[in-house]
Amino acid sequence: MPGFNANQPVNVVPPSAEELERRRMVGINAETVTAVTSTDFPHHYPYEDHSWNLSKFADNLKIQFHTNAQHDASFSLIGVDASIANAFRRILIAEIPTLAIETAYVFNNTSVIQDEVLAARLGLVPLKGSKAGLNWLRWYKKPTEDEPEASVPSDYNTVVLGLDVECTWHEKGKERAKRGETDPKRLYVNSSVYAHQLEFQPTGQQVQYFKDEPIVPVNPDILLAKMRPGQEIKIEMHCVKGLGGDHAKFSPVATASYRLLPTINITSPIVGADARKFARCFPKGVIGLEPVTAEEASTANSGYEGHEGEVKAVVKDPMKDTVSRECLRHEEFKNKVKLGRVRDHFIFRIESTGQWDSDELFLESVKVLKLKCQRMRRGLDEIMR
Amino acid sequence: MPSQTREQDQDMADASPTDHTQQDGPEPVEAPSPAGSPGSEAYETEKPRIRVLPGAEDTAASFEFEKEDHTLGNALRYIIMKNPSVEFCGYSIPHPSEERMNLRIQTYDNVSVYDVLEKGLDDLMDLCDVVMEKFTVARDDFNAAKAGTS
Repeated sequence: MPGFNANQPVNVVPPSAEELERRRMVGINAETVTAVTSTDFPHHYPYEDHSWNLSKFADNLKIQFHTNAQHDASFSLIGVDASIANAFRRILIAEIPTLAIETAYVFNNTSVIQDEVLAARLGLVPLKGSKAGLNWLRWYKKPTEDEPEASVPSDYNTVVLGLDVECTWHEKGKERAKRGETDPKRLYVNSSVYAHQLEFQPTGQQVQYFKDEPIVPVNPDILLAKMRPGQEIKIEMHCVKGLGGDHAKFSPVATASYRLLPTINITSPIVGADARKFARCFPKGVIGLEPVTAEEASTANSGYEGHEGEVKAVVKDPMKDTVSRECLRHEEFKNKVKLGRVRDHFIFRIESTGQWDSDELFLESVKVLKLKCQRMRRGLDEIMR
Repeated sequence: MPSQTREQDQDMADASPTDHTQQDGPEPVEAPSPAGSPGSEAYETEKPRIRVLPGAEDTAASFEFEKEDHTLGNALRYIIMKNPSVEFCGYSIPHPSEERMNLRIQTYDNVSVYDVLEKGLDDLMDLCDVVMEKFTVARDDFNAAKAGTS
């Protein structure tokens, strides 16, 4: 193994704090980006050790929460490479299993919405229920050409939902219609079919598992179909576990995304009217205005001379910035500001659809990545034998 | 916890971290269980989803991962490139409609690519443990602080 310390000259100095900080930055110019690839690999910088070091990684890694609600969690993951952060994001979207309606058996549908359209619509309704029950549920294996053998729908792999609605006249509907009433809600019963009308039909052990928290739509007010008197919908639905990679209905998140923390570096003072204009180039709260102090105004070459009492632009909260680059379009800020992003500071945002909590889902994505490694490790052992 | 990777025909118990020990040993082969019971799919033999592509040498080889994509490919590439014995590591997905990922490793000084790949997988697993641990602490602290203020 080529030692990076072998033959190291005595006078080599470790990189300074500024240099390390500089390496963390991705530069953003008006039309271009700079320093986009990470350089923290062995042999990139002479005599520097960039080999994988778990304790170094653990010391470096920081996680800061911003919000943690069931359907919306946001946190900063600081000190990981983009490839790792991206793996978590991809797993969140496509590889964490959830329960969703997979098959719709239409017994009767005389409404105007076609069977297949209604079925596709039903599939996308997010469901929730007892987590213990959902964990207990197993895969339902569908038959494929290679493996025609399929699972038998059972209590441990299939959840049955029913929908049986008929639209009728309201008892006073005809009377109201004569008086010129046009609101379908007042004229008819079941003119709109909502998700809360999906009825969970537990079988076998499901009765026990979903006793307190039955399988129900996360949002009861999702409109499924519209009907008029005489029309009827009767459907039996089979829900199974699946992965977002197979169909978006199985994705546990509405969206899971990250962005890099923006940086704004004011390199030479921006004061007075310019400062106000500068602040307007950014979303509210990113740039603050502070008065120039007497001390600053009296310092030679500070750029504040003769500006005492005027306002100056200061960076207050770069996290709120959208990196619109608006400030780079104005002549007066030329060479006064440097925009960038922090290469290893990922601001994650996870919006769960409701079957699992957002923070749980992130932990789950890490577990899935570990599991993938484990499986490959076993496979590698197998072929090495 | 809703864990399970792509292999749909696997038992869900694979997901729970407590069960890993059971999985690490030699695979129980086709233990017959009563048809239709939850465990009936549990002991299906797992086919290795990794193979060495032709032309492999001890210090330069390409591996083919079945049913893997950028998720594992790029993460593994990163962690393997962190190894100072590695001269080159890259991955590719030869065709978008085939669920296959190729990973190429070349090493310095007669270091075995198999050891390097093995170390890469182990390092990635360690990384996951650290992230999980830190995340749990950060979240619990945040929740506690929030409960304290409101």
